[in-house]
Amino acid sequence: MGLEQFKNRNVGTQNYKTLDLGKTPTRGLDKFKQVVNRTFKGELFVGLWVTLREMINALFRGEMHTVKYPFEKLPISPRYRAIHDMLRLLESGHYRCIGCGLCEKICISNCITMDTRYDENQRKEVSEYTINFGRCIFCGYCAEVCPELAIVHGPRYENASEQRASFSLFEDMLTPIDKLNLQQEYEGFGAVSPNADDNIKQTPLAY
Amino acid sequence: METTLVENLPEVTAVGVLIKAIIILAVISAIAGFGTYIERKVLAFMQRRLGPMHVGPYGLLQLAADGIKLFTKEDIVPQNANKFIFMIAPIITAATAFIALAAVPVFPDFTIPEFIPLLGGTFVPSIAADLNIGILFVLGMMASGLYGPLLAGMSQANKWGIIGAARTAVQFLSYEVVTGLSILAPIMIVGSLSFVDFNNAQSEGIGSWLIWQQPVAFVLFLIAGFAETNRTPFDLLEHEAEVVSGYATEYSGMRWGMFFIGEYANMITISIIAAIVFLGGYSEGTLGWLTIVLKVGFFFLLMLWVRASWPHIRPDQLMWLCWKVLMPIAVINVVITGIVMMV
Repeated sequence: MGLEQFKNRNVGTQNYKTLDLGKTPTRGLDKFKQVVNRTFKGELFVGLWVTLREMINALFRGEMHTVKYPFEKLPISPRYRAIHDMLRLLESGHYRCIGCGLCEKICISNCITMDTRYDENQRKEVSEYTINFGRCIFCGYCAEVCPELAIVHGPRYENASEQRASFSLFEDMLTPIDKLNLQQEYEGFGAVSPNADDNIKQTPLAY
Repeated sequence: METTLVENLPEVTAVGVLIKAIIILAVISAIAGFGTYIERKVLAFMQRRLGPMHVGPYGLLQLAADGIKLFTKEDIVPQNANKFIFMIAPIITAATAFIALAAVPVFPDFTIPEFIPLLGGTFVPSIAADLNIGILFVLGMMASGLYGPLLAGMSQANKWGIIGAARTAVQFLSYEVVTGLSILAPIMIVGSLSFVDFNNAQSEGIGSWLIWQQPVAFVLFLIAGFAETNRTPFDLLEHEAEVVSGYATEYSGMRWGMFFIGEYANMITISIIAAIVFLGGYSEGTLGWLTIVLKVGFFFLLMLWVRASWPHIRPDQLMWLCWKVLMPIAVINVVITGIVMMV
């Protein structure tokens, strides 16, 4: 079924199917016949069989739904928006953030605070970067707007901690330098699409 | 038909009956508690969940954890409740359930070995009180058990409780009729109210089971049994979606636990009655007792199975089913049985 059918709000034009429920009995004899038919139809036993089948499936065919959560976790989508990660450049190990301040500007809940200065090489350096996770609504705009894919959403969704500030410093979010080889490229909002190479067109240099 | 069991067995002494009573109390309480674990597990499996898993291996010690919780909870009596009635109502439920079990054969007879001091040589009977009107007594006791939920609901100054009490009255009173009428036909065939006679009448293998002669009575008794034990298609008394917890709304801790133990003891009683009256009961010998355990276990499982599968019905449907369908069928069944026996 296509999406168009769901978007069609004009009542009466949809292609509905009417179930054949028969006529509602009005006379006493017809009502009695309906009761007898339903009594001996065995639908109650169909119901019993359904639950028994599910039990057999769950116990012997490994179709148990329960995930024993703290011990096993479901895989999450790469586009999942949890606590932010700050990525590093793979070659130099330097953090990717160039201090442009776009994420601070676009943040609709005003939870990103950053401060920058020039370092000795006249490069922009991030001196202060915090995200107030009490306010963050995990909308993903910061990751989408970031031109360097420096701030992204990571997979850490278990954000219970003693302090609200526990995740929010730049150093907390930054990939540890010794785990640089484990750094995953982000595939969510703002990331390069998988077919990005095909979409590249030659720059018209004629003008 | 003569009751022959008493003649060829050792004398039943008061001490033996006392020991039997203690055994029934201890074991049935434990089974009732364990039944909650089994119920949670079976319901979970039927919904493809795991059920209790963390307390002990496969959650087996969940019962102990629940027990500790129930015992240590504060015993709250609501402000406007009738304190005395509020406090004895759960005891009525639990007590009548266990009194009913006094006349039901549970576990084989045995004699305590001689080497045990003080009690050695005492004969412990299978039935604590071998009444010759066993079925009547059990049904009467289970019927008087309705005072538990009724008084509990009325005394607790809670509207949900009142509704639960009203539903208790309509449900138990009407289904008592069906239970009595449905079991009347087998009683006519056997000609006795004693469980031992029922057992002896069906002792010639599966072919002699009364279910083949009285299938309608069996189905009716099962339906009425579900209603009397307050199990799912008929659990209007504490239907969570409609009346919070019905008669048990204001109860907590051990008093609530007593309602629970009473309900599970009643489930066991109904299962035993169904197994003895319709499915041949126990046969002689040690292994013979395994057969009744299996039958009772089947009925217990059936109650959980039905709870996992079928929806509740409305109170008006409940009344309709009882008075307009089940009771006429039961009466017709009794009449036909009588005609067949006369001819």
